[in-house]
Amino acid sequence: MASEEMEQLVRREYKQGFVTDIESETVPPGLDESTIAFISQKKEEPRWMLEWRLEAYHQWLKMTPPSWSHLEYPPIDYQAISYFSAPKKPEDRPQSLDEVDPKLLETYEKLGIPLHERAALAGVAVDAVFDSVSVATTFKDKLHEAGVIFCSISEAIREYPELVRQYLGTVVPQSDNYFAALNSAVFTDGSFVYVPEGVKCPMELSTYFRINAANTGQFERTLVVCDKRAQVSYLEGCTAPMRDENQLHAAVVELVALEDAYIKYSTVQNWYPGDENGKGGIYNFVTKRGDCRGDRSRISWTQVETGSAITWKYPSCMLRGKESIGEFYSVAVTNGRQQADTGTKMIHIGENTRSTIVAKGIAAGRSDQAYRGLVKIGPRAKGARNYTQCDSLLIGDQCGAHTFPYQEIGNSTATVEHEATTSKIADDQLFYCRARGIDEEDAVSMIVNGFCKDVFQELPMEFAVEAEALLNVTLEGSVG
Amino acid sequence: MLEVKDLHVTVEDKVILKGLNLTINAGEVHAIMGPNGAGKSTLSAVIAGKDGYEVTQGTILFEGQDVLEMEIEERARAGLLLGFQYPIEIPGVKNIYLLKAALNAQRAARGEGEIPAPEFMKLVREKSTDMKMDPSFLQRAVNEGFSGGEKKRNEILQMLILQPKLAMLDEIDSGLDIDAMKVVADGVNSLRNADRAILLVTHYQRLLNHIVPDHVHVLVDGRIVKSGGKDLALELEERGYDWVLEESVA
Amino acid sequence: MSAPERFLERLTARRGGDPSWVAARRQAGAARFEAMGFPTRRDEQWKYTDVRRIAEGDFALATDAEFDSARFDEQRLDIDAYRLVLVDGLFSPALSELDGLPSGVSIEPLSQAIVANHEAVGGSLGRLAGVDFSPFTALNTAFADEGAIVRLASGTVVDKPIYVLLLSRANGQPVMSHPRILIEAGARAEATIIEHYSGESEAANFTNVVTEVLLDRGAIIDHYKLQEAALTDLHVASIHVDQGRDSRFNSYNMNLGGALVRTDLVTDLNGEGAEAAYNGLFFVQGRQHVDNHTLVNHNAPRTFSNENYKGVLDDRSRGVFNGKVFVKKDAQQIEAYQNNANLLLSDRAEIDTKPELVIYADDVKCSHGATTGQLDEDAVYALRSRGIDEPMARALLTLAFVGEVMDKVRLNVIAERVERAVAGRLPERFNLADLVETAEAIQEA
Repeated sequence: MASEEMEQLVRREYKQGFVTDIESETVPPGLDESTIAFISQKKEEPRWMLEWRLEAYHQWLKMTPPSWSHLEYPPIDYQAISYFSAPKKPEDRPQSLDEVDPKLLETYEKLGIPLHERAALAGVAVDAVFDSVSVATTFKDKLHEAGVIFCSISEAIREYPELVRQYLGTVVPQSDNYFAALNSAVFTDGSFVYVPEGVKCPMELSTYFRINAANTGQFERTLVVCDKRAQVSYLEGCTAPMRDENQLHAAVVELVALEDAYIKYSTVQNWYPGDENGKGGIYNFVTKRGDCRGDRSRISWTQVETGSAITWKYPSCMLRGKESIGEFYSVAVTNGRQQADTGTKMIHIGENTRSTIVAKGIAAGRSDQAYRGLVKIGPRAKGARNYTQCDSLLIGDQCGAHTFPYQEIGNSTATVEHEATTSKIADDQLFYCRARGIDEEDAVSMIVNGFCKDVFQELPMEFAVEAEALLNVTLEGSVG
Repeated sequence: MLEVKDLHVTVEDKVILKGLNLTINAGEVHAIMGPNGAGKSTLSAVIAGKDGYEVTQGTILFEGQDVLEMEIEERARAGLLLGFQYPIEIPGVKNIYLLKAALNAQRAARGEGEIPAPEFMKLVREKSTDMKMDPSFLQRAVNEGFSGGEKKRNEILQMLILQPKLAMLDEIDSGLDIDAMKVVADGVNSLRNADRAILLVTHYQRLLNHIVPDHVHVLVDGRIVKSGGKDLALELEERGYDWVLEESVA
Repeated sequence: MSAPERFLERLTARRGGDPSWVAARRQAGAARFEAMGFPTRRDEQWKYTDVRRIAEGDFALATDAEFDSARFDEQRLDIDAYRLVLVDGLFSPALSELDGLPSGVSIEPLSQAIVANHEAVGGSLGRLAGVDFSPFTALNTAFADEGAIVRLASGTVVDKPIYVLLLSRANGQPVMSHPRILIEAGARAEATIIEHYSGESEAANFTNVVTEVLLDRGAIIDHYKLQEAALTDLHVASIHVDQGRDSRFNSYNMNLGGALVRTDLVTDLNGEGAEAAYNGLFFVQGRQHVDNHTLVNHNAPRTFSNENYKGVLDDRSRGVFNGKVFVKKDAQQIEAYQNNANLLLSDRAEIDTKPELVIYADDVKCSHGATTGQLDEDAVYALRSRGIDEPMARALLTLAFVGEVMDKVRLNVIAERVERAVAGRLPERFNLADLVETAEAIQEA
């Protein structure tokens, strides 16, 4: 956009007095340039950021939603969505656990979520319940000491503009795909992590995150940068079910690993899947990509996906640096009428790059699930190796499980292996367990957990335990 | 303890058991012998509740309860436990998980609480030492990658921990070398007491040298055609099965 | 004029006189082709194969079926068989040998069958390969006026293979042909059918063939497709199979020739107990492009499929494998196995493989695997440690790689021909003198 038009746009907004109305907490539904300008203004963003958003918006206008996935959903009306809504004020939130839906609390109990976290997760006005702020402050001090920057993306844009500008959109360009373009135009929240050269982040960023980021936005934007020889383990989401009124979620996550850096990114996604008839539920269209930019860098994605009505998600790795490593470990569980189309892309560009994909899908009820993956070996990726294992388990005869692995191999020194199986829980395994006195539902959950073990062991310890519990809760009632 | 009366069983439209009668009392060890295809394994599978076996006639009572009305796991919790001829592999599920889940399920059925962890570990360590099993077996997935002998020892280990009232062992000696068989037999013998019964299903007499039965039954063509004491097994070993068959026809 | 219009214009040059039912089908095919146009790479089914070389070509229709008899003897398989020969899509009575057919076996050129036997043929023709399958089947429906109709009465076991040879000539003006093959096997009938594509080495024609195979209860068909056409020939084929209860279809799909070869192989396992086995091999070099799309539809319970495709790629060649297994809801207790293994001999060769599973029944055993890599270096070392030099060791292992598919081939004459061709085409740096003999010696030892 020409700078003059830009100027005009900005002025026009001011004239209308739209963005100066600080009391306005929610914009009316609809998306145009003024909405974006409003968001940018509200976030006190520098001018370049607004320009960047508008650029994305203009590209988005020219794009069409993808139609290749194995998903079915009614068309989304993007003009019916409200693109900015400030967080609820403490007084509007439940004041204590007594005001929270008991069903939700029951699930927390089953998942073994620590008592002091349940309130935060249920959206109870945190300060009123317990002193999480001080916990968070302790964490923050510790991180600060190590030189790690960990803050909201909005704060980062204000406080560390040069860092954000250097990396934002370099892994997932604005025009990457329909949902990424939309996100780039309207994102309102998300996290920023920068781990400086040689620093190993002193803690898992999960603990902190769970308390502070329970209310994430609809268009989340996350950027994690690990400088040379730095390391970080980041956990997004949590095992607790998230009730969210926004039906469409379109997040973008960008990871950048420089030389010898290691980023481990784990996700547990348990958003509202809709009722048994498929009503309601979150549409989750996420773009996650990691860039192994430096030699010997490593990016590892681990995900446990049990929620959402629709999941469209392919955490990927661009393996540019020599000997860089990309990993993807995934468990996806669908029940009821959920649909998931998920997988990964491993793009081998540099020499001797390696990637591993382990994807486990469990479909129950009337759900439908697809693994979609791409392993691409470029002509310069000498000695590249990939190993893919992709197993599906079907529970009941009303569900579907599908596998669509693409391999594009352009180098004779590459080794690419793909194995996939689809089966149901063998009758004789069930019989064996039951003949030892274990009831059918427990036997199923035990076998399913065994099936997922390769992935769970990649999760940070505390979450591995919760993930197992989560699996059982998700599959409840799917047997018999 | 166990009373099987006039049992008729059909598998995939084929009649396998044709009016089998068997009574087992507490404290007894019974051996069922017979040629291949006589229905030996069918009997133990039906008692344990395996799918695909249709009981067309007859009853099975265990301590007065109608076994055929019970779910598979209810039977196990009631104390009816089957040692498999071909133990099943369950990838990813640790042996120790299976043991603990099974034991706690049984305790829950008896109205007892879960076994405290230290007590459980002590029990498991002790029994696996008895079965000459390295503790590392407990951490491995159930039967996955186990040798034939290891699988069979694992079956007995489960018996030792779950302490069934009636242990049914289907061809527990198949595929075992003599040393492994001794370990298995010692394990089984250690289960013998006045309150417990054991049902051995075997093709060969060899096992019965190590686990001496009180009663031996010959199962031919879906019926028990001859019963006797431990000497009957020796006779069978010597003379084969044909003479029993002839005798029973005559 | 658009490319489809340009192609369809050739229809007007065709001789007329079609029976009305044939004319109606031609029209439907032409209309559908015109509506669809040539596929582009935006079409998922054609993601890795660009057909512009076909769409932009100018292909006439052949007017005679002459073929040099000395060359013919070089090209044809040396096999005792019932033989039907097409030259550039036209039937050659002179080169065919259809005498002495046993009772219960009927083999006719399509042109004759349409006129003489239209009631029997009309019902089956086009039943499996409708005009919607792809633009090429629509195009074939518009043009097809020659081919082979094979009908086997119930219980007929054919004593000799049925050999359909399709030859392509090096014409000044490239030609196109749209052969149509129909194989109808009655209950428990058994036969071996060979589709062999060959021709003059400078031929640059476009062959667009559609094959339909119907297997009634208990029928067994071994189907060979041997593609040895000139490295400048363009070839699009689709094979559609409908299998009744307890029938067996064994496919052997061997690709050595052609500049651009695309084969779609689709089997519908419609009857309980039906079995399909797909064996495939592609060995490509230069700038050859071979694309194999296979689909097995498990529509009935207790059906079985097993697929094994191997590819060896050299120079700047490109291979595509897309294998899909579809299991319909309630098609319980099926087993489906699929494997694709590829060997890249050159850094500039590329393989794009996509083994897909789409499953809507739960009591299934399905697995697929795809591997791409190089020769096992331990094996290379093992051979070298026995005194075999490295190029030879690699050549032997490449042959062994191919051999896993060739072992399944039941017709020796084809197995040997392919093996010799592979050996002969392995790069010179592998020093291939007497390789096959060595390989055979090793096998025998």
